[in-house]
Amino acid sequence: MFSHQVLVVGGGLAGLRAAIEAHDRGVDVAILSLVHPLRSHSGAAQGGVNAALGNAEEGKDDSPERHAYDTVKGSDFLADQDAVEEMTNDTPERIYEMEHWGCPFSRNPDGTIAQRPFGGGAFPRTCYGSDKTGHYMLHTLYEQTIKRGIRVYAEWTVLSIVVQDDLVNGLVALHMPTGQVEGFTAPAVIMATGGAGRIYSQSTNAIINTGSGIALAYMAGALLKDMEFVQFHPTCLYPTNILITEGARGEGGYLVNNRGERFMKDYAPTAMELAPRDIVSRSIRTEIAQGRAFEDVYVHLDLRHLGQEIILERLPGIRDIAMHFAGVDPVKQPIPVLPAQHYTMGGIGTDSWGQTPLNGLFAAGECACVSVHGANRLGGNSLLETVVFGQRAGVRVSEWVKGNGAANPARVESALGASNQRLEELIAGKGEEDPCLIRQEMGEVMMEKVGIFRHRDEMEEAIAKLRELQQRLAHTRPLYGGKRFNLDLLRTYELGGLLLVAEVIAHGALVREESRGSHSRRDFETRDDQDWMKHTLAHFTPEVPRFSFSPVSITKWQPEARKY
Amino acid sequence: MSENQFTLKVFRFDPDTDTGHRYDSYTVPLRGGMTVLDALFYVLEEKDPSLAFRYACRGAVCGSCAMHINGTNRLACQTQIVTLQATEVQVSPLPYLPLIKDLVVEMAPFYQKMDNVQPYLITHESPPEKEYLQSPRQRKKLDSVTDCIWCAACYSACPVAWGDPEYLGPAALVKAQRFAVDSRDQGGAERLKPTDAEEGLWRCHTVFNCVEVCPKEINQTEAIEGLRRRTLKRRLGWK
Repeated sequence: MFSHQVLVVGGGLAGLRAAIEAHDRGVDVAILSLVHPLRSHSGAAQGGVNAALGNAEEGKDDSPERHAYDTVKGSDFLADQDAVEEMTNDTPERIYEMEHWGCPFSRNPDGTIAQRPFGGGAFPRTCYGSDKTGHYMLHTLYEQTIKRGIRVYAEWTVLSIVVQDDLVNGLVALHMPTGQVEGFTAPAVIMATGGAGRIYSQSTNAIINTGSGIALAYMAGALLKDMEFVQFHPTCLYPTNILITEGARGEGGYLVNNRGERFMKDYAPTAMELAPRDIVSRSIRTEIAQGRAFEDVYVHLDLRHLGQEIILERLPGIRDIAMHFAGVDPVKQPIPVLPAQHYTMGGIGTDSWGQTPLNGLFAAGECACVSVHGANRLGGNSLLETVVFGQRAGVRVSEWVKGNGAANPARVESALGASNQRLEELIAGKGEEDPCLIRQEMGEVMMEKVGIFRHRDEMEEAIAKLRELQQRLAHTRPLYGGKRFNLDLLRTYELGGLLLVAEVIAHGALVREESRGSHSRRDFETRDDQDWMKHTLAHFTPEVPRFSFSPVSITKWQPEARKY
Repeated sequence: MSENQFTLKVFRFDPDTDTGHRYDSYTVPLRGGMTVLDALFYVLEEKDPSLAFRYACRGAVCGSCAMHINGTNRLACQTQIVTLQATEVQVSPLPYLPLIKDLVVEMAPFYQKMDNVQPYLITHESPPEKEYLQSPRQRKKLDSVTDCIWCAACYSACPVAWGDPEYLGPAALVKAQRFAVDSRDQGGAERLKPTDAEEGLWRCHTVFNCVEVCPKEINQTEAIEGLRRRTLKRRLGWK
């Protein structure tokens, strides 16, 4: 049994930033991570992080308030405006801090941090380090955890959050290299486990982004907020779905259909390629559906007119990816792209300090929903969210553990027994179902029936299919029983959580009878501010999720038509 | 290789149950763009659920899946089967690191070396109100040396590291150089101390194995040479 004051689950940007804050406030904090922290998906973020620094010539009039407005409009007015302003006000401090810790941002000739335009932003606001911004930020924060000697339990998979009487007592986790199952006691846990992209068969997300952390919190009694909002990124490399940064369009890239037309003129005549992601993804999907795609599958992202120098200087990673994974050199050829799942706007419901209604449970980053992204996240706001709300969760958790008692080890001990029993049952197997096939069918049904465009009939089919898959999961074949690095066991255990989260997404999408941001229904084609200016909150029940609603906080900006 | 399939030979060893290692061969249907990582997933899902390997991003940015593929250390996710131009693809764990199981090695010896070089910006004065100003030219020095993804392909390919477990190895020396050339770093002599040691930058024999295998095309040898020059200058009191 291990014991700490605070356990941070997840070693990506949000988790590392939270742990650094708690450590600096004198709290005994440790990080548990499914992978070594540097393997976290934060490192795959490319284009940049938004901050109203006003460093660009065209950005002198930018301000945290303009940043907040753009975020709220981008969210299709579902974001909580007070939380958005708290975020954009904290932003410059968090970005300067990253720079002071050594983050190698690209620079303007005057030595300030360089900023590029991104979709939905009124000014060049996106601070970047080449097209490797996430990699740079992740390494910078990990360096700071080494400097501080913060304890990291790497390659530990959390199996359950131990909660009794609405109070967190710790975790049970499995050490992948040895197969050891251990209890961890702590009166506070911060979930920072990232998104749930791999619920969809086509996703830019890392293979490890299963959303299992969201499922753990849900089962422990946290509420999942706005899970129906799933972002599809417009430009993902065909056929691997690897992300091609929005920065490629920020630098001036064109989207072109098989007639050679820049088709965005028909959908967003002013913003063109730099309209927000939901709009561009729908536009590409419409082009594909109407027969204007190449090979009926993809459109072209054309960078050739930018010239070799700009591509090599500002988009070198994109060039490598296109060459390695599609055999295309963007200097000479257009890149084949199509939309794929990219970001989970919804998540574990928290306040603007990362706190959930469950005593001692906190969440930050993509697995959380404050909400600052509402129905559609702007590019460049996710890296921002990780450091802003990671820091805030670190502040609040430190106050929490100082004012609250210790965890009860006996409760963790008994949860440990239950987890061991569950693993043994899985290994023994009750039937012949293949878990890999269940996972695959889940991904396909979510992609086809709860994807970019949605309709009641299809979503009902998806829900029925997910039920069937859950029943089949209860009758899986006997699993591999070895102790060391047992991927069969890990992946099957996770699958139960994935199906739960998929079910919440599908039910939430069915409940919300309007179109807003990324949630686009063919049977309810307009935004309905009268009835749907509210968040959905999913409550776990052994049957289907139960929904309640909470109001959207509106401070300065009344909903308006969203034109770009 | 038949046009539609190939043989994947995979190193297998579970220290809990096996007395020695073996290679298992699997016939894998070839899909367009298939990588070695895709092929390992095919084996895990269709043929043998006991197979162990590391993965995360599948896009060559996380450094999880470095392994020894047809004679060279590479990232499994970055290596397309067709580019190997072989009828048989042989996969084994990164050499010279302790084995956990199959293709999974114990990375602790490598991480320890990274930790030992003060891998963080050293500052003594309080920072400016806004950002440190850094010219594009100063920033350019950080290109490449900041690309390292800690995959250990270089460390595991270095003959000096094989013979000397205390040697810091190429990645850690690149990390040290990354901060030494950063205009914001105030480490000075303190910065150069951990690497100016017998087991540090003087141990490199410029074999260039690291440069050959690096999936991010970092020139480790050049970085080590740069760190040597900087260290000598400081010793001689030139800087």
